[in-house]
Amino acid sequence: MSLLPFMIFLPFIFAILTPFIYKMVTPRIHTGWFVVIVPLTVFLYLLQYIPVISNGNTISQSLPWVPSLNINLTTYLDGLALIFGLLISGVGALVVLYSIYYMSREREALHNFYVYMLLFMGAMLGLVFSDNILVLYVFWELTSISSFLLIAYWYQRKNSRYGALKSMLITIFGGLAMLSGLIMLSMMTDTYSIREILSKVHAVTEHSLFPPAMILLLLGAFTKSAQFPFSIWLPDAMEAPTPISAYLHSATMVKAGIYLVARFTPVFGGSSEWFWIVSGVGIITLIYGSINAVNQKDLKALLAYSTISQLGLIMSLLGLGSASMYFGHGDESTVYAFAVLAALFHLINHSTFKGSLFMVIGIIDHETGTRDIRKLGGLMSLMPISFTLTIIGSFSMAGLPPFNGYLSKEMFFTSVLTAAENPVFGMKTFGMIIPWVAWIASVFTFIYCMILVFKTFTGKHRPEKIDKVAHEAPIGMLIPPIILAVLVIVIFFFPNVVSKNILQPALMAVLPGLSLSEMDVTIKPWHGWNMELYMTIGVIIVGSIMYKFIKRWMFLYDVLPKSLSLNHLYNRLLEGSERASLKVTNRYMTGSIRDYLVYIFGFFILVLGSSLLFSKGFTMQYANNAEVSIYEGVLIIAMVISAFAVLLSKSRLTAIIALGSLGYLVSLFFIIFRAPDLALTQIVVETVTAALFLLCFYHLPELRKEVSRISFKMTNFIISLGVGVIVTLLAMSANNHRLFASISGFFEDSYTLAGAKNIVNAILVDFRGLDTMLEILVLSIAGLGVYTLIKLQLAGRGPKE
Amino acid sequence: MNPNDVILRSVTKVAIVIILTFSIYLFFGGHHNPGGGFIGGLSVAAGLVLLYLAFDIETVRKNIPVDFKKVAGLGVLLAVLTGMTSIFAGKPFLNQTFGYFNLPVFGKTELATAVLFDVGVALAVIGTAVTIILSISEDG
Repeated sequence: MSLLPFMIFLPFIFAILTPFIYKMVTPRIHTGWFVVIVPLTVFLYLLQYIPVISNGNTISQSLPWVPSLNINLTTYLDGLALIFGLLISGVGALVVLYSIYYMSREREALHNFYVYMLLFMGAMLGLVFSDNILVLYVFWELTSISSFLLIAYWYQRKNSRYGALKSMLITIFGGLAMLSGLIMLSMMTDTYSIREILSKVHAVTEHSLFPPAMILLLLGAFTKSAQFPFSIWLPDAMEAPTPISAYLHSATMVKAGIYLVARFTPVFGGSSEWFWIVSGVGIITLIYGSINAVNQKDLKALLAYSTISQLGLIMSLLGLGSASMYFGHGDESTVYAFAVLAALFHLINHSTFKGSLFMVIGIIDHETGTRDIRKLGGLMSLMPISFTLTIIGSFSMAGLPPFNGYLSKEMFFTSVLTAAENPVFGMKTFGMIIPWVAWIASVFTFIYCMILVFKTFTGKHRPEKIDKVAHEAPIGMLIPPIILAVLVIVIFFFPNVVSKNILQPALMAVLPGLSLSEMDVTIKPWHGWNMELYMTIGVIIVGSIMYKFIKRWMFLYDVLPKSLSLNHLYNRLLEGSERASLKVTNRYMTGSIRDYLVYIFGFFILVLGSSLLFSKGFTMQYANNAEVSIYEGVLIIAMVISAFAVLLSKSRLTAIIALGSLGYLVSLFFIIFRAPDLALTQIVVETVTAALFLLCFYHLPELRKEVSRISFKMTNFIISLGVGVIVTLLAMSANNHRLFASISGFFEDSYTLAGAKNIVNAILVDFRGLDTMLEILVLSIAGLGVYTLIKLQLAGRGPKE
Repeated sequence: MNPNDVILRSVTKVAIVIILTFSIYLFFGGHHNPGGGFIGGLSVAAGLVLLYLAFDIETVRKNIPVDFKKVAGLGVLLAVLTGMTSIFAGKPFLNQTFGYFNLPVFGKTELATAVLFDVGVALAVIGTAVTIILSISEDG
């Protein structure tokens, strides 16, 4: 019995308890001290699985949820899930620890903060451990929602709400696309389990739904992981408290998309579409993010763009590595599998250095009161520990030794170089661009890393520009980034411990066709004078020169007009869609009942007319028709005359009287068609209606009592003619489509059945008495309605008069 | 009140008897001949309207002290209750029955529960029609 499902639910259970704990301990103890137990427990629990997983075993357990639909809470732990699980719980524990010192226990609504955060943590754990794709989707949306809540944590700020809404719209859009992709997958393979889908890969690759399912799934992954062009939400999400930015928007949530791509590589990988979309979007994101990061004035925005760029790097590596699936087994497969290993390695490295960088930026913000590069400077001697931490994080991010970023950057260069020589997927023609783009992006990465370090910590300190007196942070706040920074260095010196125990099992999960013995790569910092090293040296030289003369070329950023930026497009799209829908709604919702009647009748004509036309339902037969007597002919002529009198009369009084005569003519019809009950009722009812019409007429307001003919309108004429023709045609066709004999024969025995010779009455009170009962109810309600309308209006008007 | 309505009133006094009798005939004849609860009720209402026209509303109300809203409600209630009784007899809702009895005056007569239901219909129709007409005319 594995406790894995319990580990997913532990944060949720604790989220329920958190408000009570908060109520009890505030303001004596910071709530975070209790919350930190949760990620720590999960982390320690997961650590014990490292040996199990690295031996190639996996752990799975299933709890029934909706067994009748085959939806079960199946948890599955393999190398890939373990990496993410460790990152989520490990960084989670450090972030909670950091937040204890960052978030004031007197001023902040800590219960909200930790509830949202625990929700997020549980959702993220559920996401990576789920084997069922629908459960995965549930947790996926839960991360979107909790991220939304966390970004808008300071909901009184306008920018927070804007950022939260933006991230919500984009990630939920992607989530819904992903849901449809997942449903398509389950349609193709007839299962909801990821492992079973993997075992039926052939059903997917040969199916016609393969491209749409792939694109929809990637939409989900790209929106979540802030890939181009969906990356715009991430810089705005920086309005969240810094622990949240460190946790969600650098280490965990943005990697959910990476997880998804890695998880489904065995399904879609090996096709050229997947290869080009994933690596192409990754490369574009990489260079887009790094170029934009240089232009940022806000440290958190800089880090946000650098996150985008690094995520693009990981994504492109996953794309390049998917070529391994194409080759199946053998040496060539191993060469490309190296890219996936690099992706996973950089995933871990990025979480460590980016987490520590965010925390340090949070410290600077906390201790100086600003994050603006133009106001900061000369903090080196004031905040030595933060300075050291920033150097470690930034140099690792820039890809310099002796930090772990150097290793993964070298591996990245190796991967793009091998990919450029890839004989398939048309890499012969376009392949040469990829190393160049990667190299340029690395140069920009180097530049913004230098900006991050030197603009903040060197130069002249200007105390008058910042709100607080700058000083070093309390030790509690420094411990989490120190731990991460130590990891950055330790991983550099002992990369193969990580590789053997964590990365290789994860690689097996991403590329299941590979055997471990083939893929026995030792990661080493020194591998001779090769192309990668020259590229790194080139990055350092070009980057340093460009940083030196940064003021000379910064104007280039202003060349591109603001109106072409993605943010501007997003805002325009949002405003435009609101305006357009308002316009459309105002256009057809005119408020005029005549227009609505035109729609209704127009639809009536269209639907019934086209169904008559296309089903060839219209037939005319005269065989069953009865003889037309002279009385009927005369009556019809009279009725037509009075109907036209209603339409064409100048005064309303004439119309009312013509309508009355029409009613009496109908009762005459009832008489010649031998329906005495109907005739009697029709006469009386027609009299009453005519009297009521006259009453209405008498009470018309003097002012508008114009005497005029109904004005002629072509649309009205066409529509009324259309309705008349359609109804006539329908009635004529229906007359010829009697499929069964009438049941009226049964009612003819009414004397023996109901003791009544009057069949109509017997039907009304006996055979179909329920109808009559409800009809008198309708009548009574109408009477009461008239009574209340007339009697109660005075009470309503009372105060005004 | 128009004092010159002598002829109208005199005729009304005679006609109202005929109208009401005819209405009752229509109502009871409904089972075997044209007529029934609906038309019977409507013609009673027509007779009442004639009374209202010939005399004053207040005068009629004094002589026929009936609240017609209650009449309508009573009618619906009666119709529903006759339907309910068949449930107590173990039959489906609104199951009507009939039989032939030897009554002292009428001799062999057919009695049907459907007539009770029809009474409900008639009362509802009378009540509603008169309520509508009275509330509109009182508004003016």
